[in-house]
Amino acid sequence: MISAQGLTKFYGERAAVRDLSFQIERGEIVGILGLNGAGKTTTLRILACLLLPSTGRVTMNGLEVSESPHEIRKQVGFLPEVPPLYSEMTVESFLVFAGELRGMRRADAEARVGEVLEITATKDVRGEMIANLSHGYKQRVGIGQAIIHKPPVLILDEPISGLDPVQIKEMREMIRGLKGRHTILVSSHILPEISQTCDRIIVIQEGQIVATGSEDELVGKLAGGQKLHLIVRGEREAAIAAIKKVEGVTACAGLESHGDEGAHHLQVETTKDLREELSRAVVQGGFGLLRLSPAEMELESIFVRLTQKTGKEARS
Amino acid sequence: MKNIALIVRRELAAYLKSPMGYIIVAAVLCIDGLLFNVYALGGSPKLSSEVLELFFYFSSGTTMIASVFLSMRLIAEERQTGTLTLLFTSPIKDHEIVLGKFLSALLFFCLLTLLTLYMPFLIFVNGKVSLGHIFGGYLGLILLGAASIAIGLFGSALGKSQIIAAVTSGGLVVALLLFWLLGQVTEPPIRDVASFMALHGKHFQPFQQGVLNSRDVFYYLSVTYVFLVLTTHVLQARRWR
Repeated sequence: MISAQGLTKFYGERAAVRDLSFQIERGEIVGILGLNGAGKTTTLRILACLLLPSTGRVTMNGLEVSESPHEIRKQVGFLPEVPPLYSEMTVESFLVFAGELRGMRRADAEARVGEVLEITATKDVRGEMIANLSHGYKQRVGIGQAIIHKPPVLILDEPISGLDPVQIKEMREMIRGLKGRHTILVSSHILPEISQTCDRIIVIQEGQIVATGSEDELVGKLAGGQKLHLIVRGEREAAIAAIKKVEGVTACAGLESHGDEGAHHLQVETTKDLREELSRAVVQGGFGLLRLSPAEMELESIFVRLTQKTGKEARS
Repeated sequence: MKNIALIVRRELAAYLKSPMGYIIVAAVLCIDGLLFNVYALGGSPKLSSEVLELFFYFSSGTTMIASVFLSMRLIAEERQTGTLTLLFTSPIKDHEIVLGKFLSALLFFCLLTLLTLYMPFLIFVNGKVSLGHIFGGYLGLILLGAASIAIGLFGSALGKSQIIAAVTSGGLVVALLLFWLLGQVTEPPIRDVASFMALHGKHFQPFQQGVLNSRDVFYYLSVTYVFLVLTTHVLQARRWR
């Protein structure tokens, strides 16, 4: 559906994105995650035909961005960080105007508005002037203008920034609700939004892709065998001592236990993947092994590790 | 064509819904009315045609100022509020954006200018002027307005804010006006070139007197065309940045 190869964009001497390559399949919801200034917006603006890359190619449905920009613009709905809204218009008249701008006939745009108001939950403000709307509603109308012409591709740049927790939840549900109708790209520096909304995440740091995959894949890639969560039955201190004897274990600590009184939760840190050696040591020590799993890393910590790693590499 | 009409419709609605449009109309009508009362009707007795000539003379001043103020928002405001992104991500050509915006400002300006019609017709109370003179003068005002709006639109495409846009276009209009002074103090052939380039003076005086010269019409249409083309180029260059 969307293919980017070797995308590089220079602003003067500075490269905002450098040699980015990725593929996005039809119907996917892909999150672009990165700190501020990582190159997310530049990438999305290139895909939305707002910016020309300095080098590299982007194709969408077989069309090249620099060769057929108008054709691509008809197929893309774009919500920039600041929703592009004419404040003196009413919600309904603005959505019809946005539809006509995207090449729809007026009658078709008017017929489609009802559906868009329904999807974006803006029916109750359809006659209001945009200037009088709250930030949350403005963001919804911003999504409305992006989907009015039923584009195959939807690009949303930080759609939840500035929303309150309830609005964030509603926005997340709205974006998930759009799955199946559009291929969606969402950028954010807010991790829960990305992890709960997207099928796949592309992590960008300093204009380069540092990781890509689903949340589970990212956890697997980074966590490796370094942090494990064990539940063992038996005497707690003896179990910890037995585990510490295994070569490669750097730390073992008891976690707070819940429920079953004889079962103890332990967190073990290792230098490499020692799952087999640990399970053997626990069983041979006469303890019951109830669970052994990679410790669930918060996406937040993965993100921090990824970005710090790249930062260090860049400095060295 | 459909896209141009779409933009004209939105821009006209924006003029009619914003206080700025009404403030400009009120200011122009007030200034024109005062000047008409004090200079054209007042003072020593004049011929009716002289009164009309004076009316068109000072109306040309308010026309240029109003045009700059009317056009300063057209692109700069969209850049400030971020709505330019909506136009740039739509399948609309740059010249359609420029023409749509230009025509909307010109239409609003024509409405504003029509509101001053009562002043020339007041002359009929105590005197007589030819309708041709009135028509010629108004055609001149509209042509001068179109050229000034095109200059204003160019400034608006260049400026990051409406104030910068107004200062840029105001500066350009003044620069083009100063060619008239340059024409006064230089020798031929520079004098001829300077007089030909001047936005007012040589080209507007015939309209003031109700005389139509194709050369003057051509001049104002050329200035309008050149600045519209320049604006389109500025927009093209910025669209992909």
